[in-house]
Amino acid sequence: MRPVYIAGDNIITSMGFTTREVIHQLESGINGFQKYDDCSLTPTPVPLSLVHRDLLNAKFLEILVSCHPEMQEEYFTRLEKMFIVSIHEAVKETGTNLFGSNSLLVISTTKGNIELLEEGKKDFPDPGRIYLWKMADVIGTFFGFVNRPVVVSNACISGVLALSTAARLIDAGLYNHIVVAGGDLLSEFVISGFLSFQALSPEPCKPFDINRNGLSLGEGCGTVVISSEFKKSTVLTVSGSAITNDANHISGPSLTGEELAMAIGNALKEAGLKPDEVSFVSAHGTATPYNDEMESKALEIACLQDIPVNSFKGYWGHTLGAAGVIESIATIRSMENNLLFRSAGFNELGVPVPLNVIRENVHTPVQNCLKIASGFGGCNAAIVFRKM
Amino acid sequence: MNETCFITQSNIIRKHALIRNEKVELNNEIFVNFATFIKALYKKEAISYPKFYKMDNLSKLGFLGAEMLLKDNAFLDRYRKEEIGIVIMNSSSSLDTDMAYNETIKDKSNYFPSPSVFVYTLPNILIGEICIRHKIKGENAFLVTDQFDPGKVIESVKLLLDKDHAQACLCGWVEVLGDKFESVLFLIEKEKTVKEFNPARKYSPFTIESLTQFYQNK
Repeated sequence: MRPVYIAGDNIITSMGFTTREVIHQLESGINGFQKYDDCSLTPTPVPLSLVHRDLLNAKFLEILVSCHPEMQEEYFTRLEKMFIVSIHEAVKETGTNLFGSNSLLVISTTKGNIELLEEGKKDFPDPGRIYLWKMADVIGTFFGFVNRPVVVSNACISGVLALSTAARLIDAGLYNHIVVAGGDLLSEFVISGFLSFQALSPEPCKPFDINRNGLSLGEGCGTVVISSEFKKSTVLTVSGSAITNDANHISGPSLTGEELAMAIGNALKEAGLKPDEVSFVSAHGTATPYNDEMESKALEIACLQDIPVNSFKGYWGHTLGAAGVIESIATIRSMENNLLFRSAGFNELGVPVPLNVIRENVHTPVQNCLKIASGFGGCNAAIVFRKM
Repeated sequence: MNETCFITQSNIIRKHALIRNEKVELNNEIFVNFATFIKALYKKEAISYPKFYKMDNLSKLGFLGAEMLLKDNAFLDRYRKEEIGIVIMNSSSSLDTDMAYNETIKDKSNYFPSPSVFVYTLPNILIGEICIRHKIKGENAFLVTDQFDPGKVIESVKLLLDKDHAQACLCGWVEVLGDKFESVLFLIEKEKTVKEFNPARKYSPFTIESLTQFYQNK
């Protein structure tokens, strides 16, 4: 593969508005959940990780006034504001103009502006923004991207698939810089759906733990800038990726984990790595009984059961279309800081394969990392990051 | 973008016509709505797959398009199931089912969210349904664009074929919103495979011109 460098990033979750803020909270072992009983969001009280509304607005207004003083705040939805703040921060870090004809914006989201279906949102000036491509156009135009954005919407692997697609586009020589931004909000729509599946944990989720009892939802946005030219001081690359499908069930994972293992094997092969050269695996780890069990089997098949593994979802929940991007950025920070993060919510192993789940933050050389994800529709994704 | 590829099968499903491998079959029946249309097409194609009735409209349409591409065709025998990629795009994602699901939660006195509806509020479930039916395990991608975009279809599929992430692809456009719908699907294979199984036959090259011309078939 042609080198695809990581050039900049940003995370927005309940734990902060920059990668630095969020990682600082991670290091302190704080999680971002609060129990909400706001009946406009959820009929049953559940822990949720929500982005601070007033702070998001304040950050957005600052950017709006400096970039587009002619535009009105009311023209943007809350999700669009979050995307714009996140992209603005990530691009600022690279210190270059990334919007020309050799650049592209890739947006990952599952539900986009789904809030516009709600009764209270009927007076939004442009109801057409329920279309994901239209939302992406608004974000792309805000920054002045010459090329029209690409929108990936592939359930819970959307973020990893967006990164994979972007890395392949650079590898193919079609673009030099790609801004990959993943984001989703929590709405009554999403929360009621997961409740109807009886998939939500009454306490903050406990990935891979024996007492895990379902997932916790979070909202957030993550942006990664990848480039064939610009790199950070710690040189990291995206060096392999692969997607597979279970061909088994639309809402339940594979019984064997073979298909996720196949994605992992293909991604490692492309990166030119053997399993024992992997320093860390950032798992999907939703904390539903079946997902974590399947992942443990897949990691065993891929000969990765002894490699340190965590799930970041115990900190800020399952952020849906943002998850793959945000968790990749946290992985990238592990590589930059040579620091592996404890898997929050984990106490006693509760999956059939004895995985090496990280119990305490540990300083150790972190060289090559794997991020994996699986989702509804039977999809699996794996992506490999390498330190050069 | 090095591999030369060909369109080895294609079809379009529209309200007034089915177009298979560029042959047009007109629909003379009057269909009241999407539901009656898709049921009639399912019967006409003589498919027996009980899960079809559980699918949402987007999955039903794309599923039938894929059936029409893959039946009476040795495509599936030519590849291992993990070598086949699926790339599908549309404009409204799963909005058709999103609106149906929203109806089940908007009235607190008549609140009945159902997991069997909610799961279809993701467009890639259609890809999952096609994979389950044919045991296809390769690369997947669902992308959203404002209209059928031949350039994007080619770009996304070539990313898979040129680097051997897939050896062949099922790809195209499946859009449903209310009673407006359209499915445009293709099988794309590499020149070296095509030469092996049918060296004499001329297939359309996988180019923007071919896709545009085929799409404009009325």
